[in-house]
Amino acid sequence: MAETVPVLRLEGVTKTYNADTAAAVEVLHGIDLILQRREFVALTGPSGSGKSTLLNIVGLLDRPTTGKLFIDNRETSAYGDAELTRLRGHSIGFVFQHHYLLSAFTALENVMMPMLADREFPNEAMRERAHALLSEMGLAKWENNLANNLSGGQQQRVAIARALAMNPPLILADEPTGNLDTKSADTVFDMMRKINADNGASFLIVTHNNDLARRCDRIIEVVDGRIVTPP
Amino acid sequence: MQTLFILAGVAIGVGVIVFMSGLLSSLQANFIRRVLTSQPHIQIIAPDEVARPLRVAPSGVVVASIVQRPAQRLRSIDQWQMIRTQLLRRADITNVSPTVTASALAVRGDASRSITLTGIDPEVYFNIVKLPDYIILGQPRVTSEDIIIGAELAKDLGVSVGDKVNVTAASGALRALTISAIFDLGNKGANERSTFVALRTAQALSNLVGGVTSIDITIQDVYAADTIAASVQAEVGMQVDSWIKTNAQFFTAVNAQKISNTAIRGFVGLSVAFGIASVLVVSVIQRSKDIGILRAMGASQNQILRIFLLQGALLGFLGSLVGSLVGRQSLVFLHSFLRQADGSELFPLILEPSLFVAAVALASVTGVVAAAVPAIRAAKLDPVVAIRG
Repeated sequence: MAETVPVLRLEGVTKTYNADTAAAVEVLHGIDLILQRREFVALTGPSGSGKSTLLNIVGLLDRPTTGKLFIDNRETSAYGDAELTRLRGHSIGFVFQHHYLLSAFTALENVMMPMLADREFPNEAMRERAHALLSEMGLAKWENNLANNLSGGQQQRVAIARALAMNPPLILADEPTGNLDTKSADTVFDMMRKINADNGASFLIVTHNNDLARRCDRIIEVVDGRIVTPP
Repeated sequence: MQTLFILAGVAIGVGVIVFMSGLLSSLQANFIRRVLTSQPHIQIIAPDEVARPLRVAPSGVVVASIVQRPAQRLRSIDQWQMIRTQLLRRADITNVSPTVTASALAVRGDASRSITLTGIDPEVYFNIVKLPDYIILGQPRVTSEDIIIGAELAKDLGVSVGDKVNVTAASGALRALTISAIFDLGNKGANERSTFVALRTAQALSNLVGGVTSIDITIQDVYAADTIAASVQAEVGMQVDSWIKTNAQFFTAVNAQKISNTAIRGFVGLSVAFGIASVLVVSVIQRSKDIGILRAMGASQNQILRIFLLQGALLGFLGSLVGSLVGRQSLVFLHSFLRQADGSELFPLILEPSLFVAAVALASVTGVVAAAVPAIRAAKLDPVVAIRG
């Protein structure tokens, strides 16, 4: 049954900045979107089309002005900040264009960070999981290096491992290969596909790279705050 | 780097507070120790004689009268034995010593000096005034034939231990007494005038046989002297003075010092608090992306709040540990540097552990309070805005 329930569902989602003022700007207009489990989807569109706003709403970092958002079949509009934070921690992993690793910590500690925030993992279990994820990313050798001492590709792979720490069903990636050279970008993309295949996590990837977009299961294009590709 | 600077700032602030507080307590304790080793905590003295007009004006009539204050002759405290027994029953009183204090003249050959003759019961009195601690020559023996005198008086009269000195009281009575000891109270005036004889000798010389002019008392809690004195006064109906009252000027000075010290501590504390707050405000701005990421990864607002509050507390705690050490060492250095002419210490160094505990606790709390505003600001950061920078 759980397999048939979409991991993400949006119904008529709009987003208006400066609502209730004369300067109100609607950037998303009635978005309907469904993302099934194990799907690997690219979200494309020109700059300023509303992709990042949509990703922030899907990632529970921002709230829609109207419409409904379901994560794992849970409708989130009535959730308070604490509930959204908990749901975000358990159900959504983030990978950004910049890795945003905490420079004062090692790769291993960075991967442990979401589990630390969750506070439900014993210390040893956190270490073991972080080590396993970094091994999966081919970074076991560098796990005790400070984040600053890793290459760009390695840092992005650590960021992916961190996104997987809580084993979330949905990974949101905002230009994950945007800062990487072609070779590193391919490595990172292949890694995400492998995770998708092995772990069954769904991916929603914002990208401007058409080659990468074509290698996804499906492409959703956003133009002027509307989805122009049928879901 | 900025963390190191603010740690140094906190350390200097706490160091100043510890140094000043330690110095003030040491000087204050030194004075109190000096005062209380040479005077009783509480003294009961005979009430003053007062004159009353003989003629009382009948109702509706005004009578002009001049009432002169009578000269105060030496008087004994009425029923002093009963009062002593009564006082000894109280748990807050440790020693009760009846004394006779009178003026007299000490004569040796052609030299004579006016003296204050204090008649004591040495067994009890030495528990109140630690005279034996100040003896520089001889033994603190006080039989009916003995007298203990100060170093200045001995020099003026050209006498030493074992010599005799004639003592003539204001009553005209004369006794030849043997000097059993010479003391140095560290005060020239006291060393010139104060002398101690047996209670009976003083009674006989001052024509006050069986009587005493004052009752000296020591108590458990020296700082409760005022309250206990008031209670004793109510109990015995005599004039009762506490050492706090008789040294009121000193306490005024101490209070002024305390107020200025508290003000300085307050300003130093404020500057430490603002220092910590400014560092944390900058830290929140610098780390806003990290905060945004932590929030995106599931860290709650409370967790972010706690991180910054803890950082403030740690800055206060670590800075105050270093500051306490610096303050302590500065005081130890000053103490070893400041000496009296004879090379002895100027004041006893009193460094209560509670001072350091209080300084560290206060600095840690200040750190938390100072961190409150930046911590709330960090916790309320919108993750999207924070990540976008």
